Amino acid sequence: MPRIRTLRTVVAAIAMAGLLGGCAGAGAIGGGAGKTQLTIAIVANPQMQDAVSLAPQFERTHPNIQLKFVTLPENEARAKVTASVATSGGEYDITMISNYETQMWAQNGWLTDLQPYIDETSGYDPNDIIPSIHDSLSYKGDLYSVPFYGESSFLVYRKDLFAKAGLTMPAHPTWPQVAALAKKLNDPKHNVSGICLRGLPGWGEVLAPLDTVINTFGGRWFDQNWHPQLTSPQFRKAVQFYVNTVRAYGEPGAATSGFSECVTRYSQGQAAMWYDATSMVSTVEDKSSSVVVGKNGYAPAPVVDTKSAGWLYTWSLGVPKTSTHKDAAWQFIDWMTNKEYIKTVGKQLGWARVPPGSRLSTYQIPQVKQAAKAYAGPTLQALRTADERKPTVQAVPYQGIQFLRIPEFQDLGTRVSQQVAAAIAGNITVDQALRQSQQYAETVGASYRK
Amino acid sequence: MSTVSAAVGRGNRGRRSVLTAVTWIVGIGFFFPVLWMAITGFKQEADAYTDPPRLFFKPTLTQFATVFDRGVGPYLANSAFATVVSTLLVVLLATPAAYALSMRPVKKTQDVLFFFISTKMLPVAAVIVPLYVAAKTLSMLDNVWTLIVLYTAMNLPIAVWMMRSFFQEVPGAIVEAAQVDGASLPRTLWQVILPIIAPGLAATALICVIFSWNEFFFAVNLTAARAATVPVFLVGFITSEGQYWAQLSAAATLASLPVIVAGWIAQKQLVRGLSMGAVK
Repeated sequence: MPRIRTLRTVVAAIAMAGLLGGCAGAGAIGGGAGKTQLTIAIVANPQMQDAVSLAPQFERTHPNIQLKFVTLPENEARAKVTASVATSGGEYDITMISNYETQMWAQNGWLTDLQPYIDETSGYDPNDIIPSIHDSLSYKGDLYSVPFYGESSFLVYRKDLFAKAGLTMPAHPTWPQVAALAKKLNDPKHNVSGICLRGLPGWGEVLAPLDTVINTFGGRWFDQNWHPQLTSPQFRKAVQFYVNTVRAYGEPGAATSGFSECVTRYSQGQAAMWYDATSMVSTVEDKSSSVVVGKNGYAPAPVVDTKSAGWLYTWSLGVPKTSTHKDAAWQFIDWMTNKEYIKTVGKQLGWARVPPGSRLSTYQIPQVKQAAKAYAGPTLQALRTADERKPTVQAVPYQGIQFLRIPEFQDLGTRVSQQVAAAIAGNITVDQALRQSQQYAETVGASYRK
Repeated sequence: MSTVSAAVGRGNRGRRSVLTAVTWIVGIGFFFPVLWMAITGFKQEADAYTDPPRLFFKPTLTQFATVFDRGVGPYLANSAFATVVSTLLVVLLATPAAYALSMRPVKKTQDVLFFFISTKMLPVAAVIVPLYVAAKTLSMLDNVWTLIVLYTAMNLPIAVWMMRSFFQEVPGAIVEAAQVDGASLPRTLWQVILPIIAPGLAATALICVIFSWNEFFFAVNLTAARAATVPVFLVGFITSEGQYWAQLSAAATLASLPVIVAGWIAQKQLVRGLSMGAVK
């Protein structure tokens, strides 16, 4: 009897597994017969989740196309999509990439040229794409990915705290002015830091704002001959300034604070200023997640030796060369990045949630002007003035503002950011951090000098 | 004399009380992060990550509703399928291997055991590219069977080592008695040895279930839309541009439930099984 019972248990377990396998193995996530199935890799950001929630509307108007989304955090998505595209893995029909990847991947022959599709699509209006974003996604004059949303960086500040302290934010602040303001507004007793600045390691974390500071202080990563410049006086001065400011007047635990920590801190009224991505407004000005809605002023990215300093970043959609459904892929990309989509989001989800920074026409919509009156102008201005081709005071052999558009930068940037974070944590000095970073950069520079 | 024993009794009681208190503190220390995760799942995003942490808040089920809205079902099905099938395969393969290595040791038994465990010494990150290329060549990318093969290979060495220690607990006389009675090897294994080591088998299977259920690295690199598992679904809540702790906590709480339930059901066998192997 026990034997029969045991056998029965094993058979039941196998049957259950088989049943589940029926679901999983046969493609549990749908699998409509006769339909073109598009697999889309997207980054897990709020704007993309809005697109996923609206996607059934596309499927209703395109009954022969079925969408499957793969949602991953930025770092995982970047690593996975890069591996897939570079090895012709072919898992994806559409990938969400950025202005860091697009030109390099187009040059490598990994992406489909979207210009012919754009030219044949009436009403798509590529000239409506914000020029700096358009340029950053073009290779040899053709667009290889199209923007879903774009961002620059600016400084948000609490108007109420400034008024209470009798302070005024200059129209075009400099970094020394911002540091002086942060000193006056820093109030640890009431758990309000003078400023929030990222310190978390990662080339897309602490290095994003820090690179803009380095650029405007006159620093650069490499000279025209690819000799590293991380120990140059300008580079050192910029990093020392950043580290001193965040350590003296910044948030507690700055070395482990990234965008998420800063957005939470600022939204909870625990920081007087915050320098970061313009996309912050979707949280800072959202009543469900912020207690400082309507109390904020926005100023351009602080400068020192340059006229502007804001970064340029865009999440865009591209089609890997390996996709076997390029026409269907373009139909979806067209739907997700055209002017109508922006209006759909506004009408159905709210005008404060429209994807910003992709199209000029977005900022002509009266409802957007009204909903985003505090930050629409500064956002557009920041995007217009960002120049990837000339990010620094002196000439450089690379493009990119908060990154260097070279494949090695992901690794180099991460290593350098770890050194900077250690300096912010007080474990090493800025000089030690930069000496080590210079060695990392030397390896990369040497490979370009050959 | 009675005064001395009373003093010794008081001393023992005092030591026991201290030990009990320490055990509670350690237990709560281990459990607190899990409890905090579950509590955070009932918060609004604005309450989830605050300085200082917020203990009193208006609970909401919004985050759990969001998790279900995002379609957790297919991910659960993939995870369950990969976990159940790989665990069955591991148990089927590890049991005879462990029996042979413990009850019928041969000259090279130690080498074989070392070989098994040596397969765990290479970091998985070092082999992910060859695995990815192999899966692509075999058209097995984004296929749940790829995960099953890998999870089986991943858990087999641990299962063999664990099962071997349980087999060594079985008194040789019982096996000999069965053989004297004329029982064949499969019958001895099935009817005599397996009932004795059942708690150990349960413990081994549960550990395989936990490892497979929680596995992330292979799943994120080798699957896309069709075969993705729960851990891949979970990280989809982490965003670099917004607040996500409440949603992530709700999703993680739900993802933990199947393993917690499995552990709860098997807890008696698990404790016996783990203490069986602990002395080896």
